[in-house]
Amino acid sequence: MGDAELELSRLTAHELHDLIRDRKVSAREVTQAVLNRIDAVEDKVKAYVTITPEIALQAATEIDARIGRGEEVGPLTGIPIAIKDNMCTKGVKTTCSSKMLHNFVPPYDATVIEKLAAAGTIMVGKTNLDEFAMGSSTENSAFFTTHNPWDLSKVPGGSSGGSAAAVAADEAIVALGSDTGGSIRQPASFCGVVGMKPTYGRVSRYGLVAFASSLDQIGPFAKDVTDCAILLQAVSGKDPQDSTSVDIPVPDYRAALRNDVKGLKIGVPKEFFAQGVQQGIADTVMKAVDVLVGLGAECRELSMPIMEYTLPTYYIIAPAEASSNLARFDGVRYGHRTKHATDTLAMLSKTRDEGFGPEVKQRIMIGTYALSAGYYDAYYLKAQKVRTLVRQAYDEAFSEFDVLISPTSPVPAFGIGERSDDPLAMKLADVCTIPINMAGIPAMSINCGFQDGLPIGMQIMGRAFDEETILRVAYTFEQNTDYHTRKPEL
Amino acid sequence: MRLTKEEVEHVAWLARLELSEQEKDRLTGHLNQIMGHFEELQKLDTTDVEPTSHSIPMKNVFREDVAGPSLTQEEAVSNAPEERDFYFVVPQVVEM
Repeated sequence: MGDAELELSRLTAHELHDLIRDRKVSAREVTQAVLNRIDAVEDKVKAYVTITPEIALQAATEIDARIGRGEEVGPLTGIPIAIKDNMCTKGVKTTCSSKMLHNFVPPYDATVIEKLAAAGTIMVGKTNLDEFAMGSSTENSAFFTTHNPWDLSKVPGGSSGGSAAAVAADEAIVALGSDTGGSIRQPASFCGVVGMKPTYGRVSRYGLVAFASSLDQIGPFAKDVTDCAILLQAVSGKDPQDSTSVDIPVPDYRAALRNDVKGLKIGVPKEFFAQGVQQGIADTVMKAVDVLVGLGAECRELSMPIMEYTLPTYYIIAPAEASSNLARFDGVRYGHRTKHATDTLAMLSKTRDEGFGPEVKQRIMIGTYALSAGYYDAYYLKAQKVRTLVRQAYDEAFSEFDVLISPTSPVPAFGIGERSDDPLAMKLADVCTIPINMAGIPAMSINCGFQDGLPIGMQIMGRAFDEETILRVAYTFEQNTDYHTRKPEL
Repeated sequence: MRLTKEEVEHVAWLARLELSEQEKDRLTGHLNQIMGHFEELQKLDTTDVEPTSHSIPMKNVFREDVAGPSLTQEEAVSNAPEERDFYFVVPQVVEM
């Protein structure tokens, strides 16, 4: 690989945009550089379930022809992107990293995929995840575990671990993930990249294979905050195909990128620094808050006692919705079907036994139990009431503060195999991220330091539909530090 | 409270999951551990608290009842494990 090509895959989307717009490089050269990078490091990282070089190069050639005809070069025109393998891509396998969908080729595109195509992005592949997005490490993938580019013996986080690792390893310029309880932010934190879960309803979920419909949201992974804003811009907006997407005008997110936090009120909720948060992580995040205070922000601690109850609440609501959503996998219309059944009921039960992995079965079982006769009030209804209290706690906090800041994860990336046998230890990794999904608010993770060579993520939470303030805080931090410029050695 | 293996079998039947004996034992253990964690919630007083099913307040969303593009028959059955003349084929359901 030539040095010039190597350099291209290391760049951000906005840097590449300038080169493409000025005709210094072609979309095909950029795409080839990223494909070469995939060839060079994918054996170690294993970020992708499916790589689509032919489709990518063909798309790049078409983009170059359009540029040659003088068509407008948008901010994402010719930019290679990776897509989490739970978003439907017409004609390209969409597996959810599950045996159940190992052969599923969607006959339609998710709305985000259509929007990205219209914006001129070039999909280079579909990334690995914990099966059906259930997990925090990609170890629940039915195919293989993705490795953290910063330390190949560690997990990349999950469930969108493939997308995070691909961006961190320069195997994609940007990527899309989905976040139900932290599945964008936690892997972004583990891999030292930027990741955002937008407000519930900001981005269409049409064509995203549903896990927990009231919590799921698609969002961007990027190498810096500017790229995050650009990608968010491209995928946001009301979609008639998703009745839960919200009809609120999409602001100009790049205009929100101002290097200024003077007078901004930052709340630091102390419960997010307890519950097993390692001291080194807490200290690093507080140092990052000090940077913002040094730039003129005001900061005060607050208490949100209800946060202690969010983990059990989430682990009722998410499996309950999942047990209902995953009822559609019955071996009739798509996906795996058992070869060992002669009647329909046995066909269903055996298909589901063979198609789903252990974690998915466990969550279906929890959800089915929590919704079953006699237990609904004690578990599901109770959890929905606690969810109200979580929302109210955020409403109260945001009446006083512009953003809240916490660690994204209580621990840095852990070793592959280290936590996979203990169902509760793994779930504790999500303790700082799940309350956000329950309240529906937006939150972002950016790299704010390192511990033993592993990145540490700072989580910035904001008011519903106020992604702009979050982006502004993140951008200001980035402009005054250099963590985002560091790259893993592979 | 403790879940018995029989209850786990009943829930598995509701979820249409045929589990091996080994999986039933594993899940009985894991479910008890996780359900035990849920007991924490009973400490919270939620009298007079309205449940939240959806984080962003929303009313029914309607659209005009007009036909739009949809999948062709070929596309709709393109992923079927077994298909005949655009029908999904399943094992016999009704005794003849």
